[in-house]
Amino acid sequence: MARLEQLPEPMRYHIAKLVCPTFESQPWVEGPRLNQRRIALVSTAGLHRRDDRPFTFLSEDYRIIPGDIAVNDLVMSHISTNFDRTGFQQDWNVIFPIERLKELADQGFIGSVADFHYSFMGATDPMKMESMTRELARLFKKDRVDGILLIPV
Amino acid sequence: MLAHFFEEEGIPTTQISLIRKHTETISPPRALWVPFELGRPFGAPGDSIFQTEVLQAALKLLEAPGGPVIEDFPAEAPVSEAQNHIFACPVDLSVEKIDDNNVTGLRETLNNEMIRLRPWYDLAVKNRGRTTVGVSGVDLDLLGDFVSEIIYGDIPENKHKDLPFGYTLKLAIDDLKAYYNEAFTAQPGGVLPESRVLDDWFWDQTIAAKVLFAIKDLCAKSDDAGLRLVGNLLIVPMAKDKNST
Repeated sequence: MARLEQLPEPMRYHIAKLVCPTFESQPWVEGPRLNQRRIALVSTAGLHRRDDRPFTFLSEDYRIIPGDIAVNDLVMSHISTNFDRTGFQQDWNVIFPIERLKELADQGFIGSVADFHYSFMGATDPMKMESMTRELARLFKKDRVDGILLIPV
Repeated sequence: MLAHFFEEEGIPTTQISLIRKHTETISPPRALWVPFELGRPFGAPGDSIFQTEVLQAALKLLEAPGGPVIEDFPAEAPVSEAQNHIFACPVDLSVEKIDDNNVTGLRETLNNEMIRLRPWYDLAVKNRGRTTVGVSGVDLDLLGDFVSEIIYGDIPENKHKDLPFGYTLKLAIDDLKAYYNEAFTAQPGGVLPESRVLDDWFWDQTIAAKVLFAIKDLCAKSDDAGLRLVGNLLIVPMAKDKNST
């Protein structure tokens, strides 16, 4: 269904015409074996704790999602109406697989799960999130994270 | 794009890709393209085995010997035959009628419809231990009134003092949609309907959708730029908006 040609019009047209940036450099960082890595999730689904400020139109900032967040405390305020939310309503792992990630840590597939995860609101131009992203990188280093899984919506 | 910045700062990344064409252009270090619908990057709610397969495939890319690499996840999200059926809502909403040319009584009709769904919503919350309703800060018992007030020319109290009213209205509308979908998916049978089935039900069969179309039209004509934005873009999905181009 996320095959571009299968999206209903006019959504297909709007997504197809989105201009994506290109970069001259191609950074590539390596790390230890997966079973020794500390993994964090970064979502662009506009997720946050229930008492947090909701995202607004073109928000460029992020919200903190503690690794021990309770299932009823994670909500969404992405501005778009053009993606499915019913999956998230039924099971948060379909967008934010924190329970699956903890299971993989318990099984030794990954080393550990980060203390903090983060969410942006992806309707904003990601280039405007650069400053906040670099700030997050410094925070991740303090959390000894050496693997980030980026999750769109 | 965020991957580029993180890697420049020295942290390895992997990611899910939903639109392969965009990912090919941006060329992040590592990406797993998945053929799932927008809004479901791990494919299937309630299917922990499938979610884990997707998660493992994305994480394994962190050990790729070189890049950039875009790998295709080999499986579609599992869908049972039952999920594609046109579900009958556990509550017969057809008893709530409105005159399309007369919005008088719309608020009462919406509230009646919401009350009829309330036992199923309460069951959904109990079974799942959670709800996604409530982001607007509007009490659920007052949600129907809050959303429909604007039809009568009134602006209700804004529960989020730090947000413009139009945006709080948009959040309340999202709460309303979530309330309906969470209630509907609590029905007996244990099968979670496909999102398309839920979408068709909500937008084609409920009073709530009629209210939202009326609000959309009002907002789109407003003098307030924020409300116009909400009306034009943030209430009705493009696929259900006959005026969307």
